[in-house]
Amino acid sequence: MSAGAIRIEDVVKVYDPGGASILAVDHCTLDIAAGEICMIVGPSGCGKTTLLNAIAGFHSITSGAIYLDGEMLCGPGKPQAAPGPDRVVVFQNGALFPWKTILENVAFGPIMQGRLSRKDAEDKARHMMADAGLSGTEANYPGELSSGVRRRVEIVRALMNDPKVLLLDEPYRALDSLTKSVMHEALLEIYYKNRVTIFFITHDLEEALFLGQRVAIMTTRPCRPKKILDVDIPHPRNYSILTAPRFRELMEETVDAVHEEALKAFAAGEKEGA
Amino acid sequence: MTRALSRSILRGTIAMIVFLLLWELGSRSKAWLGFPLPWISAIPAPSSVIVVWGALLHDSGYWQSCYLSVLRVMAGFFAAMIVGIPFGLALAINRTAYGVLFPTFEVLRPIPPLAWVPLSIIFWPTQELSITFVTFLGAFFTMVLNVIGGAKSIDVRYFQAARSMGSSSFDIFRRIILPGVLPSIAVGAAVGMGITWNVVVAAEMISGGASQATGAGGGLGFFIWNSYVGGSYPQIVVGMISIGIAGYLSSELLRALGDRVTPWLRRR
Repeated sequence: MSAGAIRIEDVVKVYDPGGASILAVDHCTLDIAAGEICMIVGPSGCGKTTLLNAIAGFHSITSGAIYLDGEMLCGPGKPQAAPGPDRVVVFQNGALFPWKTILENVAFGPIMQGRLSRKDAEDKARHMMADAGLSGTEANYPGELSSGVRRRVEIVRALMNDPKVLLLDEPYRALDSLTKSVMHEALLEIYYKNRVTIFFITHDLEEALFLGQRVAIMTTRPCRPKKILDVDIPHPRNYSILTAPRFRELMEETVDAVHEEALKAFAAGEKEGA
Repeated sequence: MTRALSRSILRGTIAMIVFLLLWELGSRSKAWLGFPLPWISAIPAPSSVIVVWGALLHDSGYWQSCYLSVLRVMAGFFAAMIVGIPFGLALAINRTAYGVLFPTFEVLRPIPPLAWVPLSIIFWPTQELSITFVTFLGAFFTMVLNVIGGAKSIDVRYFQAARSMGSSSFDIFRRIILPGVLPSIAVGAAVGMGITWNVVVAAEMISGGASQATGAGGGLGFFIWNSYVGGSYPQIVVGMISIGIAGYLSSELLRALGDRVTPWLRRR
C-alpha cells in the first residue's frame, strides 16, 4: 500500500480570539509513512487537535504546508484544506448521526460521494459490519448502543469511504480501561485488514505504545514534536506485549518526557485560571 | 411496563375523582355547613355543570363554538408552522438574514399576541382573519425561536463528519440540519399549540364573536364570555373544560406526531 503518506512541514497555527494571539502549533514538522500507525501524544489542550483539524480541513493554518502523497492539502496561498473522504475523522465523543440508524450511518459516505447506489452502499456496509463483528446492530439508532460499540461503528463508517488516512481524535477517551483494551485489539484487527495510514491522537502513553509503530510526543502549547520514538515491537500485536520487557523499556524511555509536558500544561492551566 | 402504566392511569383517575368530589362539596358547602365557604362556594358544582353540559350536547350553538375555535387554532397553528419553520431555518443558516431580520423579530416577539388585537382588527378585512392572525402570532414566535435554537445547537462535529464524507451544502441541509432541528420543531409545536389555545379564547372574548346577531357562533371564548354576561355560570365552566379537553387532545396528537417523526428519541 503506497497511498496515504502525510507530510507536515513547518506548520504554524496562531489563533486570534479577540486580538489575543495564541500560538497553538509552532513550526511543527512530521512525516508519516503510508500505512503507518502514528500516535500523537500530548497533554489535553496542547494543540494536537489543531493539527488534526488542519489535516482534515476543518481549520486553516497560519503558515507551513501539509501534503498528502506529495499533493499539497494546505499551504502557501491555500490556508485551509478542503475536507474530503480521503481523510476521514473519528471524533472524540463520536459523531454518528443520532437520527440515522447504524446501517444508514455506515452507508452514508459512499452515497454522499455518489460512488455507490443506496442498495450497494448498504450491502457493502452490512459486509464491513459483519467483518467487524457488528452484525445485528444495523437497525438500531446510535443512542441505543454502548459507547464502545458506537466507536467501532464509527471506524467502520470511516473505512467505508476507502480513506487513505484515518484521523482519530482521542476516540477512546471516554471509555473505561477494560472496554478500551477491547477497542484497541478491534482497531488493530481492522487495521490488519485495511492498511490505511492512522493518525491517532491520545494523551494515554500506554495506548500510544501499544498501537503505534511510531509515537510522537508533543510539547504542550505551542505544539511541536518533542521526541519521536520508533516502537520496535512487531505487528501483529496483542495485549500480551503490555507485560513484555521491551514494552516496559519503551514506557520508561518516554514516560518522563510525557510527564514533563503534563506538568507544564498543568502549570499553564493554573496561570490561565489565576 | 403495562403494570406501571395501568397503575399510573389508576392514580390519575382517583386523583381526578377526589378533585371533583372536593369541588362538589365545596360548592355545596352552604347546604351542609350552614354557611358558604369563601371563594369555592361561588363556583358552580360539577354536578350542575354536567347537567348543563348534557343539555348543551344537543345544542348546535355549543358545537358551532367548539368548531369555530378549533378551526381558528388549526388555521393559526398551521400558518405559524408553514411560515415559522422556513423563516427560522433561513435565520439559522444565513448569517445575513439573521443580522437583518433577527433584531426586528426580537423587538416584536415580547409584544403579547393580545396587544395585536386592535391593530389586527383595523388591518385585516374580516374579523375571522384578525382572530386567526393573532392566533398565528402566538405560535409563530415560539416556532421560530425553537427552530433557530435547534439548528444552532446541532453539534459542529456532525457538520464536519458530513463534510469529510463528501456531503454538499444541500446534503448537509437535508440530512443534518433538517433532522437535527426536528426535535426542536416538535417541542415548538407542542408549546405553540398551547399558546394558540390561550390566544384564541382571549381574542374571541375581545372581538365579540363572528355573528353578533344570533349571539352564538363566536367560538369558545365568546361562548364563555356570553355565558358570563347571561349569568349562566355552569355554562362558563363547561366552556372552560371544553377548552381544556381540546387543548389536551391537540397536545397528545402533536406528541404522537412528534414521536413518529423522531424515532431515534422515542426508542431510547
